[in-house]
Order: sequence, then C-alpha cells, then structure tokens
Amino acid sequence: MKELLSGNEAIARGAYEAGLHVATAYPGTPSTEILENISKYKEIYCEWSTNEKVALEVAGGASFAGARVLTAMKHVGLNVAADPLFSLSYIGATGGFVIVSADDPGMHSSQNEQDNRQYGRSAKIPVLEPSDSQEAKDFVGIALDISEKYDTPVLLRITTRLAHSKSRVKLKDRVEVPLKEYVKDFKKRVILPANARVRHVDVEKRLRDLKEFSEHFEFNRIEEGTGDFALIASGVSYQYAKESFPDAPILKISMSYPLPENMIREFTSKYKKIYVVEENDPFIENQIKAMGIDNIHGKDTIPQIGELNQYIVKKSILNEENDEHFSVDTNIPPRPPALCPGCPHTSIFHTLHKYKYIVTGDIGCYTLGALPPLNAMDTCVDMGASITNGFGMEIALSKQNDERKVVSVIGDSTFFHSGITGLIDMIYNNAKGTVIILDNRITAMTGHQDNPGTGKTLMGDDAPIIDIEALVKSMGIKHVYKIDNYNLKETEEVIKREVERDELSVIIATRPCALLKSNPKIATYEVAPDKCIGCKLCIGLGCPAISFVDNKSIIEPTLCFGCSVCAQVCPTNAITIKGE
Amino acid sequence: MAVKSILLCGVGGQGILLASDIISDVLMVNNFDVKKSEVHGMSQRGGAVVSTVRFGDKVYSPITGIGDVDYILAFERLEALRNLDKLKKDGIILVNDYRINPLPVATAVMEYPDNILETIKKTVPNVVTINAFDMAKGLGNIKVMNTIMIGRLAKTIDLPKEIWLQVIKRRVPAKAIDINIKAFEKAYNL
Repeated sequence: MKELLSGNEAIARGAYEAGLHVATAYPGTPSTEILENISKYKEIYCEWSTNEKVALEVAGGASFAGARVLTAMKHVGLNVAADPLFSLSYIGATGGFVIVSADDPGMHSSQNEQDNRQYGRSAKIPVLEPSDSQEAKDFVGIALDISEKYDTPVLLRITTRLAHSKSRVKLKDRVEVPLKEYVKDFKKRVILPANARVRHVDVEKRLRDLKEFSEHFEFNRIEEGTGDFALIASGVSYQYAKESFPDAPILKISMSYPLPENMIREFTSKYKKIYVVEENDPFIENQIKAMGIDNIHGKDTIPQIGELNQYIVKKSILNEENDEHFSVDTNIPPRPPALCPGCPHTSIFHTLHKYKYIVTGDIGCYTLGALPPLNAMDTCVDMGASITNGFGMEIALSKQNDERKVVSVIGDSTFFHSGITGLIDMIYNNAKGTVIILDNRITAMTGHQDNPGTGKTLMGDDAPIIDIEALVKSMGIKHVYKIDNYNLKETEEVIKREVERDELSVIIATRPCALLKSNPKIATYEVAPDKCIGCKLCIGLGCPAISFVDNKSIIEPTLCFGCSVCAQVCPTNAITIKGE
Repeated sequence: MAVKSILLCGVGGQGILLASDIISDVLMVNNFDVKKSEVHGMSQRGGAVVSTVRFGDKVYSPITGIGDVDYILAFERLEALRNLDKLKKDGIILVNDYRINPLPVATAVMEYPDNILETIKKTVPNVVTINAFDMAKGLGNIKVMNTIMIGRLAKTIDLPKEIWLQVIKRRVPAKAIDINIKAFEKAYNL
C-alpha cells in the first residue's frame, strides 16, 4: 500500500516499522511533526524533553540500556545538544541510535542556515541524507542497523523541504526488535580521559570501517546518462538535479559522511566536468576536492546561500536566464506573520514600547513583538538568551552610568528550556533587572505542544505542573508578581514599578494562548464611529482584527477575540462590547 | 504524462493545507506520481501561505518556480497578485474574489491595491473568478470556502468527479461531510 507522507511523517513511520522503543525531542520547525507522529504509535515511548540536550541524553541513556532510540531536533537544537553529541560519539550505541537534524536552508523559520552535516564530520559519526519520503522512512531502519553494527550514533540529516514535502511511501508492518540486556561497561560509558583515549582509537577505526560501508551502500549509486557534464547530488538537491537534467549521469550520494571515495574517484575520472549539487555548505564538494580531484565544480557555480530548486540548479549550470513570466506594475503590500487577535503578548509589548525600555527577547511567537507596529524588542539571539543578554547589558550600561532599563522577555516553554540557568546566574551575581515570563501555558509557535507547565505529556498522560511562581520564589527572588495580561492598567503598573525597583524581579504574565481550544472567545468588540477620533492608538496594538479605514478604526467581528485591550487604550471609550 | 503543477495560495487559516491534501489524494487515486510541498511554522500566524502540488508519470522536485505553474488556486485577491509570476503563459488562475487585509494595510501604512481582478484579467488570458465567500455564506458556513475552491478546480481539471467526492468524504470531519459535498457540487456546477 502506498500513502502520501511528509518526510517527517515518513520518519515517524520508519521508526515504527524498525521496532523503535524510545523517541525524544524538543519541538522546533521543521522537525516538530516527527515526534507528533511517533506519538500515534503506542509501541514507542516518546516525550517532549525540556530541551535538545536533555532529549539527546535521555535517548543516550535508553540506548545504553538496550533500546532502539531516535531523537529529533531542528538544526540549532543540535547546538544545544552538541556537548553530549561529541561524548556519545566516543561512547557509541548499544541499542540503535538515530539523531535527526532538520536543517532549514532558506531560513523559513530559523535564525541561521547552518549545515549540520558538519556536525557529523566533526563528531565523527555517519551522516545519511534522504531525498524523498520513501528514503526518509527507509533510512531510519538503515540508520538503526548501521548504528548497532558499527557502535555509533547516526545523524539523519533532513531539510525543511524534505520534512514538509509529501511524496509516495510504501508502508510495511512493524518488526519487533528485542531490547538488549544492560551490561555495565566502565571503559566504554565512563568517558574519563583514560577511557576516552582508548575510545578515540576505536572511533577512528570505526570511521575507516564506515568508509568501506559507504563504498557498497546501495543508496550511494551511479545512474548512467549522457551529456557534456555529470552531477553529484545528495538529499532533496538530488531531485532538483534530476528534474533539471534527467539524462545527465549522476552520482546520488545518500551517505555524505564518510563518502565512498573509490566510487567517487571512478565516477569523476569518466567525465570532464562534474557539478556537485548540494544545499548550504560545500560539504561533499570540499571532501572530494580534498581527495585531490580537480574537475569538480560546486559553489563556484551553484549558490551557497538560500534554498535551491530545479530552476536555480539549471540556470546556474547552463548560465542562462529563462524567466519568462507574467508581471504587474503594482505595489504589493507584504503579508508578514502577526500576533493573533487576543494574543496575550500584545499588551506586554504595548507597555514595553510605551515606556521605551530596552527589551531583550527570545525565541517564540513573541519574537513577533519586535516587528511593527509594536517594535518592542532590541535583541533576539537564541533560546534563553533574553535573560542572560539582558543581564550582560545591565552590567555594561551601569558601567557607563546609563540609566536606561533592560527588560528580559521569555516564554514559558523557553524558560523551561534554557531560561532557568540564566535566571540563577542573575540571582547568584546580584543582578537587578526585570524578567517577564510570558506564561501562555503552551509551546505555541511550533503549533501547540505540551511542556512541563501544561500538565500533559506527549503520550497523553497526566503530568505534574511545574509551578513557575513557586520555582522562582524558591530560588530566592523576593519580588515575584503575577499579572493578567488583559488588565492593561495592572500590567502597566506592575511592569513600571518592577523596572524602577533596584532589585531583581520576575513578572509572570498568566493569560493563556488565545488559540487554545480550552480558551474560548470572550466577546466581540465594536468601534462607535461617532466617538472614534482616528488617533490610531488601537491600531498601534497590531491586532489583525482592527483596521483603519476612512480615518476610523473598525473591528472585524469574526476575528475579534474579546481581550478588551483595544478598549482599554481608547482615549474616548469608543470601543465597547457589541450590542452593549 | 508530463509533469503539471498546481499552486494554492492565500492566508493562514483559510484551509489551504487541507485543500492541497485533498487535491493530492485525488491525484494519487488517479495513479499519478504526486509530490506536495508546503511550509509550516511562522507563516501560520496570519502570514501568506503557499502550497504546491506537482503530478505526472514521474515527479522529481516537490517545488515549482517562476512561470512554471499550470493552475493557480488563489484564496485571496492580493495573494493571487503576489503569485501571478509563477503562472505559465498558458496556465489558468482561479481567484477567490475575497479580501483579507495584511497588517501593513490594516495599520494604514500601505494601501490594498485597487482593482486587482481587473489587473489580473488584463495581464493573464485564462482567469476564472469566483465568490467563494458568498457561496459559503449561502450554505451556512464560511469554512467551506476551501471546498468551493476545490470544486471550481475540479471543474477545470479533467478527472472523474466521483473520486473528488470520495476523497472529500474521507478527509473532512464526519459531521461536515454533507455541507462540504454541497459546497463542492455548487462550485462544480457553476
């Protein structure tokens, strides 16, 4: 039977079919749906971990104790998990161990275009790159087998286009694989220098063995063809190469580390000119050049920046323009993403903008508070950095007697992920800043995943709810206050008071995400046109339900959530509940 | 058959991903090789949404590009205009005569272009307009706008009607089957 599956759905299916026992992840686009789909298979224990390092370590522990494991994360998640990654490479795998890295060429939902194949090479573990959903499914089982045979974690590297494209997949039944009995192995799993020195020798040998495997790996294959040049391609770029030049000879690379050197030497010796088609870094290209092969072209022809497609590949190689298309002479307004109607973050950013505080932001829906019209964010770096960047700015500003105030803004899930350690740093080092935790009771940006604050696990079980207020108080912070985001007066008063205070404070904004099913629409507001003076204060909230037409604000009733924040900013009380 | 492509565009929340799933399923049942592409994440927060479906005997790339789309199914006027450059010279664009203000327009920073439908008709030979909002409202649920768009596409693409109905029945929630079938029929019989 064939089904149309996304790459992420296919990886989940592959995990199921290959007898996987344990799966862990922290949500992150474009990887999130892997664990969401694995959670449909009751045979597999799965969890949303608090962060990617935790996810990788839980998976590592389960592999020690004989389970087949998979952990999935977006590319930047592997930065968080890099510490255990390098140690686990030396330690190896007992139960099969797959790490899925979902890279994001084109930065559809990310802060950079890092190419995580480099991690595979750097950590000395094999890298597999599927090119469609069928391979995505099959490569999970293959990766688990490689992992067990060669005693190594395996990196399954996908990209956004693979993760979120659907193609036909042939399904199979699950094959149960018994867990291996746990046997203590001090020399292997206690990575003391004395043990690690021995393991490093094993790791280098493992790489040589894997190189031999790569030579005979059936998914590294040569497809004969004709023409003036040949192609080498991996991942979804293989599809772009085939689409552009269906008749050209092509070497399809499915294991991009270690590469099948002999196969490459043989292939490249047959053609005068060869193009390596790969997204992001010249990962395969540089390895081939390091073999001393010089008839190779890659990033000198095909862009390194952004996502590829068949048109870019064809245009780059043939050096020709073919962009005949319709065009109109109209100024088309962009349609950027925006905070939703009723979003509890809106009143917070309205307040922070109003008082012109320096705002260090973080990763989540609330990063949208940086955009017009709220414009209420100075920095956004990585998960948890709002707190630590804020503290660093506080130190530097005070050194030059700059009186400006810094406020750190972080979501609940991000706080659990990487905010807690930063906050402890602030407490320990006598910081004076203000941290606002936007506790909207869900991991919202990635599509509503549960987290340690929601009371549910990924498997649907009840879970203890981590009480953020009790947690931060227990660390010794004296000034901890909860606010209702929809009460603008209270929100402004508390934020202003705590920012002025010469001590560390934490404000917990408690309104849940307006998109939660458990959080129904409150009311429908309307603008009385005779009272509206066109001051645009409500427009400044950036609520998608409010438009400015003919010098008056109007509210789209089907979009209005009834949060009332617009009514509270209106100086003439022109906004009221409909019909009242 | 040579590869053909369909591009669906509109605004997050308009049911575009479900519509492209239904179209892909119909093509699968008709024994085409099918690849579908979409982008999740940040764009779902009220941003512009695009999903593409490519089908034929053998499909390699899941994505489409400039001047290479056979059918555009635009759920909103401005998004039709934004994606017009993707259409092939002999391609067909189906436009829902419906407006959703993007944030720069709502906040009066930019203007929503006037006469979008006229502009498109002046530029492209094969334009079909449809008022899916009024039709959906007439049926009693504006959520079936996407099924109306599918029905209008089905009328344009030559595939057995039974398969469209069969897939819609399988894909939509049980309690919404009747109204979705009505919505499909209404557009198919325009």
